[in-house]
Amino acid sequence: MEVTEAVAIDHGLKKEEFSKICELLKRTPNLTELAIFSAMWNEHCSYKSSRKHLKKMHTKGKQVIQGPGENAGVIDIGDDDAIVFKIESHNHPSFIEPYQGAATGVGGIMRDVFTMGARPIANLNSIHFGSPQHKKTRNLLRGVVKGIGGYGNCIGVPTIAGQTTFDESYNGNILVNAMTLGLVNKNKIFYSKAAGLNKPVIYVGSKTGRDGIHGASMASATFDDKIEEKKPTVQVGDPFTEKLLLEACLELMADNSIIAIQDMGAAGLTSSSVEMASKGNLGIELNLNKVPCREEKMTPYEIMLSESQERMLIVLEKGKEEHAKKIFDKWNLDFAIIGKTTNSKKIELIFNNKKVAEIPIDLLAENAPIYDRPWKKTKLPQKLKFDKDEFKSLKLSDCLKKILSNSNVSDKKWIWDQYDHTVMGDTIQKPGGDAGVVRVHGTNKAVAASVDSSALYCFSHPLTGGKQIVCESYRNLISVGAKPIAITNCLNFGNPEKEKNMGEFVECVEGITEASKYLDFPVVSGNVSFYNETKDKGIKPTPTIGGVGLIPDYQQMLTMDFKTEGNLVYVIGKTDGHLDQSIFARELLNEKKGPPPTVNLFNEKNIGETVLDLSRKKLIVSCHDVSIGGILTAVSKMCIKGKKGIKINSLKGLINKYEYFFGEDQARYIVEIPEVSLKRVKEILNKYSVHFDELGTVNGQSIAYKDDINLSIEELEDAYKYWLKKYMDS
Amino acid sequence: MRSSVIIFPGSNCDRDMDVALKKFGFKNQMVWHNDQSIPKSDLIVLPGGFSYGDYLRCGSIASKSKIIKSVIDFANSGGLVLGICNGFQILTETGLLNGILQQNKFLNFICCNVFVKVKDKQNKYFKDLKKDVLELHIAHNEGNYFCSDDELKSLEDNNQIAVTYCGKDGSENETTNPNGAIKNIAGIFNKNKNVLGMMPHPERMIDKYLSGEDGSLFFKNILDNFK
Repeated sequence: MEVTEAVAIDHGLKKEEFSKICELLKRTPNLTELAIFSAMWNEHCSYKSSRKHLKKMHTKGKQVIQGPGENAGVIDIGDDDAIVFKIESHNHPSFIEPYQGAATGVGGIMRDVFTMGARPIANLNSIHFGSPQHKKTRNLLRGVVKGIGGYGNCIGVPTIAGQTTFDESYNGNILVNAMTLGLVNKNKIFYSKAAGLNKPVIYVGSKTGRDGIHGASMASATFDDKIEEKKPTVQVGDPFTEKLLLEACLELMADNSIIAIQDMGAAGLTSSSVEMASKGNLGIELNLNKVPCREEKMTPYEIMLSESQERMLIVLEKGKEEHAKKIFDKWNLDFAIIGKTTNSKKIELIFNNKKVAEIPIDLLAENAPIYDRPWKKTKLPQKLKFDKDEFKSLKLSDCLKKILSNSNVSDKKWIWDQYDHTVMGDTIQKPGGDAGVVRVHGTNKAVAASVDSSALYCFSHPLTGGKQIVCESYRNLISVGAKPIAITNCLNFGNPEKEKNMGEFVECVEGITEASKYLDFPVVSGNVSFYNETKDKGIKPTPTIGGVGLIPDYQQMLTMDFKTEGNLVYVIGKTDGHLDQSIFARELLNEKKGPPPTVNLFNEKNIGETVLDLSRKKLIVSCHDVSIGGILTAVSKMCIKGKKGIKINSLKGLINKYEYFFGEDQARYIVEIPEVSLKRVKEILNKYSVHFDELGTVNGQSIAYKDDINLSIEELEDAYKYWLKKYMDS
Repeated sequence: MRSSVIIFPGSNCDRDMDVALKKFGFKNQMVWHNDQSIPKSDLIVLPGGFSYGDYLRCGSIASKSKIIKSVIDFANSGGLVLGICNGFQILTETGLLNGILQQNKFLNFICCNVFVKVKDKQNKYFKDLKKDVLELHIAHNEGNYFCSDDELKSLEDNNQIAVTYCGKDGSENETTNPNGAIKNIAGIFNKNKNVLGMMPHPERMIDKYLSGEDGSLFFKNILDNFK
């Protein structure tokens, strides 16, 4: 086939990009070469629209061993232990084929982690669906949950936490973000930088098939009516093979045979070989006849673009081939020497004894286009003036029940019951808490992790929204007694070629950067998913933050369930009663405008550190951060989990009770304090000049406030626990 | 007491079982599926997981693996063989235990705490166990035990039903049955009661910081009965 501009455009390249390729190569590429360019220059692999802005992120810190740019980020948690972690999107494939899309998303992120030598110890996910009323939602949700479970459960890595939301902006583009944490000895971390000449390049894992061809390009474009036709671009996962690959790789990593290793993810053999060579400033020569193929007569074009799963590329020390082969034979996996490193600084492909492609590496990596796309700032919306007389017709207890049963608040047990969250025997905080917690096997340490996003806030004002999610992640970790260390982010946005969407991206990144810098909560890994758009309708900006923290002694872990009758309950942090963008305003007043709550980074840090201090001194026995739904929602969950009620004190001052109970002001926690600790708690709060309210006392079997609220635990449970199950069964 | 845990490709509770056994004082060793023989043991454990990817049928390929003949010989000579979850599925596939494990009634994987009632204490696993109801943990997609009427009658007549799903108070009914298993069966013995297969994972319940501690009772009891 002759390569023309039209063929290039079919491959997702722009006209100007094709001319640039011809100019750089000083000739027209052949079809295989064009395919390689299209794979490396698409948005998904090249970050061409985002790179300029991502550079500004705060990525350094005392505990950071590896920041963005590797397969995953790495942080130091002491005693030679390090945690490798990353979050990644698999949005486009999951909408087309929910089971396989979600499953391979989980498989891909786990490979990123064990590629670095780490054994995966926990999975998390953040999944977002269209309106519950939309005809596709139920099936997509069922498929995604089954896919995540099907893969993670089989590998035997616990899924410890997650987040699920529903919003009509995801009707045509669901989001599936998967995160994995792995544990590694910090002196035994493996990287993807090739080194040394004439080193054997090894292919291991599954055979290469025709699945997933053009997957990365598909994830770099918007959807239209014909998305069903894109099903063949979705990869098919085999968790069993991945489990074998995991064990085989970790076995080989026990000694010094590996120079560099890279998993074949998006754009398969193309991006893995180019990235390893590029990082090592080397060339690479591959003989494609040696690549183990699942199907007959595969062409170089297909071999280079296949996104078959469960494959790795390794640059091995010379002389270690037999040793390595033995390990992969033991695990019944393919092992093939398919090429070598060279000093040509080119990628050279041989097929049937002929050279079928030859491209200088730097054209594919460093010379890939970078765009400074135009973007538009989002103005902070005017704060709304609520008519408080209108509130009076609403009964507090009805409002609470309505909020607890809302799709974005209610219990997600139906989902996490389908994930194995206890395998590996170290899960000490299961899904449903503020963060999941796993022990570092064989030690007293524990690692906490949480995933968060706030699309409504980000949509209303991206800069504030970006800051807010970082803070929410920070609070969730502190609420379980963990010191926040670092974050990974998955930046899900619409079409970057539109000024509004690009502006949302730029300002969210700015917000994330500002907050992570202030809180000393650096970004160590992440990914960007643009083009979440169908027929011109994009998603709300949804950056997802995956936070990781450390509990030095797992016995210091906190949970949110109320513990003991008679204990005092405080709200730490000040409540001004911000209702704009709250679920109360949305669901009970049908009011969707207004700015998100203000984020005050000084308060976040000061209050967060104070709460952490209280937990380290064992002065509080339960803790929960206040987020969507405000104080009453938070306190209800503490009641339900602990099967204990609360008697709420009369409010002091002039604040409106609806604003107080449902306002979504930031930097707040609810804590339970035993009487004996009260004096010291107050001293500490005063020392840090932290505002607090005496909310009430753990009491009886109901949540009670004056004559306004008297709801039994069963009534709260009825509202909170069953929405999702009923929805899925209907 | 010496124990061996068999690792099949795809096993994923092998380490958890090793940790649990050692915690209570078993001298445990790990045995690879391709080995010909098993080191001298007093207990052989087939751990949970997805042996051979659960392809074909759960446990079916493992039941034809190289090591399995030694397991069968050991069982037939009266040795203790314990199969948990996928291990239970393998034991039914080998024929050491009757019946099969079908997909859960509600077609979903299920991971949660359950209560099980100990139905028979005339055996080396549960003899003198201080509790009649244990809180254990399940995590499976195919745990719905089923067998023919004749097999069920024979299981009942010989007291081969080991544990059944129940409520906290020991009540057995449809609401306390998580997966649709016939007669709420969570685990069964062979005729000689040296082979035990059960879906719940005692190895995940050995520490108050995990889901609970009733698994500890189970392991300690095996050791006590061996002494």
